[in-house]
Amino acid sequence: MMKKVTVYITLKQGVLDPEGKAIGESLNALGYQEIVDARVGKFIELQVDEGPNLEERMNEMCDRLLANPIIEDYRFQVEEAVQS
Amino acid sequence: MLQTEISPEQIEQDKVYQEMGLNDEEYEMIKGILKRRPNFTETGIFSVMWSEHCSYKTSKALLRKFPTKGKNVLQGPGEGAGIIDIGDNQAVVFKVESHNHPSAVEPYQGAATGVGGIIRDIFSMGARPIASMNSLRFGNLTNERTKYLFTEVVAGIAGYGNCVGVPTVGGEVQFDDSYEENPLVNAMAIGLINHDEIQKGIAAGIGNTILYAGPPTGRDGIHGATFASDDLGEDAAKDRPAVQVGDPFMEKLLIEACLEVIHSDALVGMQDMGAAGLTSSASEMASKAGTGMEMNLDLVPQREQNMTAYEMMLSESQERMLLCVKRGRTKEIIEVFEKYGLKAVPVGEVIEEKVFRIKHHGEVVANIPVDSLAEDAPVYHLPSKEAAYFKEFQAMENKTPDVENHGGMLKKLLQQPTIASKEWVYDQYDSMVQTNTVYGPGSDAAVIRIKGIDKALAITTDCNSRYIYLDPETGGKIAVAEAARNIVCSGAKPIGLTDGLNFGNPTNPEIFWQMEKSVEGMSVACTALGTPVISGNVSLYNQSKGKSIFPTPVVGMVGLHESLEHVTPSFFQTAGDLVYVIGEANPEFGGSELQHIVNGRYEGKAPAIDLEVEAIRQKQLLEAIRSGVVESAHDVAEGGLAVALAESVFAGKGLGFTIGLSGDATVELFSETQSRFVVTVKEEKRAEFERLVEDAKLIGIVTAGNTLGVKVNEEDILNENVDELEKLWRGAIPCLLKSKA
Amino acid sequence: MKFAVIVFPGSNCDRDMYHAVKDVLGAEADLVWYQSSNLKEYDGILLPGGFSYGDYLRSGAVAATSDMMKQIKEQAKAGKPVLGVCNGFQILTESGLLPGALMRNKNLSFMCHQENLIVENNETLFTSGYEKGEVVKFPIAHGEGNYFCDEKTLNELKTNNQIVFTYQSNPNGSTHDIAGIVNKEGNVLGMMPHPERAVEKLLGSDDGLRLFQSVIQNWRNSYVTN
Repeated sequence: MMKKVTVYITLKQGVLDPEGKAIGESLNALGYQEIVDARVGKFIELQVDEGPNLEERMNEMCDRLLANPIIEDYRFQVEEAVQS
Repeated sequence: MLQTEISPEQIEQDKVYQEMGLNDEEYEMIKGILKRRPNFTETGIFSVMWSEHCSYKTSKALLRKFPTKGKNVLQGPGEGAGIIDIGDNQAVVFKVESHNHPSAVEPYQGAATGVGGIIRDIFSMGARPIASMNSLRFGNLTNERTKYLFTEVVAGIAGYGNCVGVPTVGGEVQFDDSYEENPLVNAMAIGLINHDEIQKGIAAGIGNTILYAGPPTGRDGIHGATFASDDLGEDAAKDRPAVQVGDPFMEKLLIEACLEVIHSDALVGMQDMGAAGLTSSASEMASKAGTGMEMNLDLVPQREQNMTAYEMMLSESQERMLLCVKRGRTKEIIEVFEKYGLKAVPVGEVIEEKVFRIKHHGEVVANIPVDSLAEDAPVYHLPSKEAAYFKEFQAMENKTPDVENHGGMLKKLLQQPTIASKEWVYDQYDSMVQTNTVYGPGSDAAVIRIKGIDKALAITTDCNSRYIYLDPETGGKIAVAEAARNIVCSGAKPIGLTDGLNFGNPTNPEIFWQMEKSVEGMSVACTALGTPVISGNVSLYNQSKGKSIFPTPVVGMVGLHESLEHVTPSFFQTAGDLVYVIGEANPEFGGSELQHIVNGRYEGKAPAIDLEVEAIRQKQLLEAIRSGVVESAHDVAEGGLAVALAESVFAGKGLGFTIGLSGDATVELFSETQSRFVVTVKEEKRAEFERLVEDAKLIGIVTAGNTLGVKVNEEDILNENVDELEKLWRGAIPCLLKSKA
Repeated sequence: MKFAVIVFPGSNCDRDMYHAVKDVLGAEADLVWYQSSNLKEYDGILLPGGFSYGDYLRSGAVAATSDMMKQIKEQAKAGKPVLGVCNGFQILTESGLLPGALMRNKNLSFMCHQENLIVENNETLFTSGYEKGEVVKFPIAHGEGNYFCDEKTLNELKTNNQIVFTYQSNPNGSTHDIAGIVNKEGNVLGMMPHPERAVEKLLGSDDGLRLFQSVIQNWRNSYVTN
């Protein structure tokens, strides 16, 4: 079975996110005063052949390449892939 | 939306060809050529090849007026880019190209792919791209949409140029209401080549293989070439899918692979897939070689599923090249591309019969006489009519605007976005990669040294469209002359130019008149100053909601420093140097910055220009520079002498000046009379300089400290703090961008 | 002394680096394609700037996983000098040869101009030709040069005297104004400013010359004493 893994990567809390800050300020400037904070991150979609230790291997991939643990946090979500 | 199932009969009946940009007469011509009705794919192929962008059908007759020959011209207009010999077995390759319409709808990608496209034109000739320039026009920076377009265009140029490793060494940005809906993004690239490595985009040798190199074809930018030749309607935002997306990393790999491949004698010809993609590159390569070509679209790498022949032929997916390779020798070429992680696959072959034959799924989907695409496009001689405003402007007296406080006016002028420092822009460009940049952005002309020999190139882009609007012929002359002035100030001799002609709708006789007259003016100036036109680009229909842009024929000029010793800065060097101005000021304010500030519009006569005087002054100044008697040289342009002088001390060297002038203070300080220069000279070289440059007049001295002092008729007119002025000049654009409407 | 200038797909300062060490300094150098496996032959390794792998994902992240980086780690471990400039610095942090990470410039824009740097440590094999506290002029050209590390790492950098260059006027938001750092052993230097663009007065500065000269001089010294 094919799985779809969605990886979300964001800057760690505490690491300055100037892009998020700029987006938040722009939204405020457009009149959306309800925006109190904005964080920018990456979103990666992977089509994965299901195999053993999927979670473990995904963690490994994130640590080794997809995220930089010095500045970034990640989480991922596994779902059934929809065949196109 | 266009449907592929549409039959030839239906195309005719429902005039589907009109949606693709062909008119009734053109459709009839095509029927005559094919001796049958064109099918859907063929109609698409004709529509892009006969678009203005590819065929120059309305501008061809005008372009013939340009002088294109010269003893050093190795390649004039017609190939990917023009080439000029610079000695030592080396030549310089350059061209300008517009990406106006794509940038209006998607500014980042529009500008980025504009840079990518022009760089490909350079390396497809076999040259290593060594520098980029650009010429940008936007509406007023007080408009939020304009700020967005400006910011994104600059980011797009930076994003692509920086990654691909070609320094963006300069350019020009101007702001005017007429560009509000229709920004102009013209990019110029310059390459360096050894004579024996010049490639041509030809598909010669019957039986030779056609290779497709680069990333797979997607549905990007379909109908981009016709899009670029169309009026920018109100629903331009809906045209978004037509905008291509660039990948500068891919382009960098493609550059290295192509420049390696040219060393193989298996390569016959190469051309990039630019506007009209596979269609134009393939048909032009065959047409130029006097051959035909057969291609099988099933072999073309495809990024998306179920692509039709029409889509593949018209796709403008970026970073793709078409190569003609000797039969049986494809393996060695493919291996070079593979080294760089790129795919190169055979997709067709050169055939004797002069047809362009496309197969898809085992069927012939297009079968067109090859010359009919590249050579037989209709040529239009459109009606021309002197613009109504012109007579009125010519009848106006030269009037000097009222200025009470000259110091205050100088401050205002320095903060006009067109005059203000463009540091905010060019700091985002890697202007130094390749380590050749002697003078980068911010100088009159950029100066790029050539490694290994004692030579350098000067590059500039110029066009004061306000003068051209007032008086297209005079303005056209000025555009060329000003570019040459910038080149000469840097110590180089102008050797040739490329033109980026941006105009409104040519079917409007008054717009066509602007085109005609400005091209005539430019041509006369090119002849007078010895600068042949070796390449160029035409962008028409730059209008929206019936409002046309100012006529903007951008000049991209290149000059040659015969020795690095001749390289001259545009700013003052040392306290104690004498300040000269070459040329007198007349009360000429038509199209000037001062006129716009005081009157709120541009009107009257453009400044006059005498090309003979211009040529003599440029020659004498260059002679003086080459004799080593000049410390700095700067041309007098927008804002007049006062702005030119102020800019000369904005270099962080802690210098000022004391100047004495006589006459009307406003004319002396702010007139935009042409053919003038500010030059500094060492006291001991005074006699020699005055002997060499006839029209030079000593007006003052460079001083230590930061006071900018000008007396007119012995009266203190300007007494300003240089740091304060510089701060205003540097801060103007960032300040406008930050301010909220 | 023979230098390897490593070329990854997307490197674009490789030829500049090569020109600086070979043509200007007269040292021996080769451009070494990332798929080569002969790094042992070289005495010093130069990781040039550019956009390796398009800077996709994160600057330097993809190059850091390459086999070439494994070889570079081995050579670094053997004590050979390794200099990473700009994207080269990013690759060094991504691969763990140097601590910290390089983030987007604080103003979110790419920036290119001359910057004044302070030589904080002149006791490295890269900076012995400079005075401590000396101000030198190097160009910067980066969009992601904002050096980041946590408090603990910063204290270690300070304690071990690993901060080599700082900006006189911080352009990009770097922690502690850091422009360049070395590893604990002192043989791996990463820096955002471009010394290879500062080797000819004609182009605005030749302050970078002494960096390369220091490397060569120290290599000669070690060669003679060994």
